Amino acid sequence: MAHVKNHAHSQAQGHDDHHDGHVDQESLRRFGFWIFLITDVILFATLFATYIVLRNNTNGGPTGAELIEMPGIIASTFILLTSSFTSGLAVLSMNKGNLKGLIGWLAVTVLLGASFIALEVNEFVHLVHEGATISTSAFWSGFFTLVGTHGLHVSIGLVWMIGLMIQLKRHGINNITKRKVDVISLYWHFLDVVWIFVFTFVYLMGVM
Amino acid sequence: MAQHTSHSNGAGGNHGHSEESHGHGSLKSYVIGFVLSIILTIIPLVVIMNDMLQGKAALIVLLGTAILQFLVQLLFFMHLNEENKPRYNLMTLLMGILIAGTIVAGSIWIMTYNAVAT
Repeated sequence: MAHVKNHAHSQAQGHDDHHDGHVDQESLRRFGFWIFLITDVILFATLFATYIVLRNNTNGGPTGAELIEMPGIIASTFILLTSSFTSGLAVLSMNKGNLKGLIGWLAVTVLLGASFIALEVNEFVHLVHEGATISTSAFWSGFFTLVGTHGLHVSIGLVWMIGLMIQLKRHGINNITKRKVDVISLYWHFLDVVWIFVFTFVYLMGVM
Repeated sequence: MAQHTSHSNGAGGNHGHSEESHGHGSLKSYVIGFVLSIILTIIPLVVIMNDMLQGKAALIVLLGTAILQFLVQLLFFMHLNEENKPRYNLMTLLMGILIAGTIVAGSIWIMTYNAVAT
């Protein structure tokens, strides 16, 4: 059974039965990260509130419905959904003690995340060419701030994930790298959740 | 440690289900979660792109599928339901949702009669 093996593995490496403090520290760090995610929820809530309130303030300029091109958005939505799944598979490989599988799935997740960002940059360039910049109207300010903040989070996640892959190559799977992988996969699922709401409120409602 | 005891208990009782280990999810739960999230993305997409519903009905479908999608991610990917008691993760999440809901709903309410009409 995967779990028993895994448990024995961690015992061999960290002797965590004798040093309970170690285990508690790591789970405390996981919880600390969870609290950060909750504060990030609040940050996004303020951006969503701003966007929704200003959705009609287009100042006579272009509206979202006129310029948004759904095919690219639909593609990036499925790419991000898939990357959330592959980051889960990475955690699953880790729990089986499979370092190669773990790094491999993280690499797939990074590639999917990078294509998401590429599509987003492409979309922003298209919008700017069509005359919708962050200073065009209150609506576009809200739009670029909300979607851009999410994109920034994904970009940071990419850098972080690449750094973690290097650490995993050097140190292998131990209690500390385990916690780091758990935390980044939580972060990635969280970004997927935020994107679902961006997709619903900004894009689907925008073209409705 | 409570966590360890429950782990070894689970190992004893779960022989034969090699993938059913708890606490970190299984391949099955990830696949179910992934399929559900794809379906929950396609439903609103089809409804909106084909103009199958308008106004309130469309809004309800959009919000409903988004919230279900949120729950799928929480349960199948983040394993919130597998947390040991006391459920601090759930409590902080509910606190966050309360604040987020207050900010969004409150802003909409305050600004309703000040918004630019379509």
